[in-house]
Amino acid sequence: MIHFLAQRLARALFVLFGVSVLTFVLIDLAPGEYFQAMRLSPQISRETVAALRIEYGLERPLPARYLRWLGSVSRGELGFSFAYNSPVWPLLRTRTGNTLILTFSALACSWLVAIPIGVMVASRAGRWQDRIFGIGTAFLQATPDVLIGLGVLALALRVRWLPTGGMYAPATSEIEGSGKMKDLVLHMVLPVLALTAGMLPVLVRHVRSAMLEVLDTPFITAARGHGIPPCRILFGYALPAAANPLISMFGLSVGALLSGSLLIEVIMSWPGVGPMLLEAILQRDPYVVVAVVLFSTLFLVAGSLLADVCLYIADPRIRVE
Amino acid sequence: MNHMYKKKIWFAALSLASVHVLVLGAGFFAPYDPAEQHRDAPFERPMRLHIFDSHGRFHLRPYVCTWVNEGNSLGPPRYAEDCSHTWPLRFLVREETHAPRAALGPARHLLGVDAPGRVFLLGTDDYGRDQLSRLLYGGQVSLFAGLLATGLSLGLGAILGCIAGYFGSWPDDVIMRVAEIFMALPWIYLLFALRAFLPLNLGAGQPFFLLISVIGLAGWARPSRLVRGVVLSAKQRDFVHAARGFGASNVYILRRHILPEIMGVVLTQAALLISQCILAEITLSFLGLGLGEPAPSWGNMLAGLQKYYVLENCWWMLVSGLALVPVFLLYHLLADALCAHFKAPGLSRKGRMTIEKLQVAI
Repeated sequence: MIHFLAQRLARALFVLFGVSVLTFVLIDLAPGEYFQAMRLSPQISRETVAALRIEYGLERPLPARYLRWLGSVSRGELGFSFAYNSPVWPLLRTRTGNTLILTFSALACSWLVAIPIGVMVASRAGRWQDRIFGIGTAFLQATPDVLIGLGVLALALRVRWLPTGGMYAPATSEIEGSGKMKDLVLHMVLPVLALTAGMLPVLVRHVRSAMLEVLDTPFITAARGHGIPPCRILFGYALPAAANPLISMFGLSVGALLSGSLLIEVIMSWPGVGPMLLEAILQRDPYVVVAVVLFSTLFLVAGSLLADVCLYIADPRIRVE
Repeated sequence: MNHMYKKKIWFAALSLASVHVLVLGAGFFAPYDPAEQHRDAPFERPMRLHIFDSHGRFHLRPYVCTWVNEGNSLGPPRYAEDCSHTWPLRFLVREETHAPRAALGPARHLLGVDAPGRVFLLGTDDYGRDQLSRLLYGGQVSLFAGLLATGLSLGLGAILGCIAGYFGSWPDDVIMRVAEIFMALPWIYLLFALRAFLPLNLGAGQPFFLLISVIGLAGWARPSRLVRGVVLSAKQRDFVHAARGFGASNVYILRRHILPEIMGVVLTQAALLISQCILAEITLSFLGLGLGEPAPSWGNMLAGLQKYYVLENCWWMLVSGLALVPVFLLYHLLADALCAHFKAPGLSRKGRMTIEKLQVAI
């Protein structure tokens, strides 16, 4: 177990290192930089801009800047944001929390809905329930995330049952405890709904196909022959046997949800890392871009690591290998 | 069984081809130029085509009425139909241009109405530009960005996958490590990271190809890994050993024996990747990082909806997003049918199919 974990961790570290180098080089190749807009202003002299560039270390060669950035990572600062004039980590911390709240709620929701639907559909394969859900998932899968987000928002604006946009209502900033919690949950409904709707078709199709494969096997037929009730066969016998591909899917779905949540955050003005990344790219704030991209990688890697560990615990065959 | 899949493949491919023809012929099918503004008619509703007039008489030639703005100048415009003057729809109308047109532009449009009247079958946007025309011209950008970017990433993926799988040793290690890094990023973040190294404002023309190269670069890792797997198993086949025994060169073996083996994976991946690449272009343009105005794309046509009052009042601004649904349905149908038809290694089992789909999505 320890050897297995160490191997995976080393790989994850290598990937994180690679991603940081990649983003660093890409951003360095980009034309234009944060101080370019300042140069156009007649009130700021050339010398000031040059001095600022030297102060922020932009005149140094790329490897030196990378090493300096690594140093700031080790201090837990993750670089320096020119636009906010502050280290990146304090800026990123609350944003990261907000994104994670959203992503994990959507993750839980989509799996909790997808498993029963997938199992139900698989148990009725070929019948009308299967057809209807097949057509439904095909349509939902063909609907781009942008459209789902905008559609959910438009619907919410029409009926006005739920608050749209942001995380808290402006007036509740003083309220503490359960009132604040309730406000947060109400604000979360729409983005979570949009994210779940985007994720659901893929998961349902996947649960269905994993279950179909298991339902064909002799031990299920034997269980049926013993007169075990169908519901127990499905959830007690077939689902655990189908768990393997689903667990690896779980790890992958973390990454898919992070991608989806970026867009939904921008559409629903959720104060997560998505809008921050967009802003940083538009402002040419390099270290914020690197930090956010690295954060997303970290969670994708952590998701697949978690899935690997779960697989290791769930499946004895992997342990032997 | 196989026959049915063939039928499906043909159906999807032909429908998609006709969509692309429609979009390519935008100069003929669209009633207006995509950048032509009608400032007095912002956010006009889609016009109704009338066959029966108010007296119940039947007209063989459908006609449109004018929308009259009844709202005040502050709020969103409120339109009411005014049928005191009708504009019969004319087909194959000759274009009256003020400026000299490019030599290639068609002189006729499929439909239009007589001079002072205007026809907006899908409404107008905030500058009073015809949504139908923008939809057709925007499809040129969005659909072909998908095709070209897929070509790029599949070409890159297939070449690198072949090299990695066939030659093994250090090229394999290097390529697969880099692919791992590309796959460790959630795809939108990868897209953004790659996008960060282009200039902020992209016009039409050359930047379009820059954008395509960014989208293409974001997607090469998955196909290259799949191709590598197929090449690895194909390399062990007896006919490859035999060919090598007869003294065939590496290039010959790759071309004659390995390439046909990977066709299945490449085609299946193509159908999956195209919709992914279209989605990438839409997402970038929607967020203002893609092609800039006034060039229309299906993504930047949706960008106006980030304003709440537009989202609430003007459902017709969603048309470009709605147009994507049938296109994606057809591409997914094509991908599924190709998957089943080729039974490509690594894709044949039902369970694998969706996992590949999701992995592309990541």
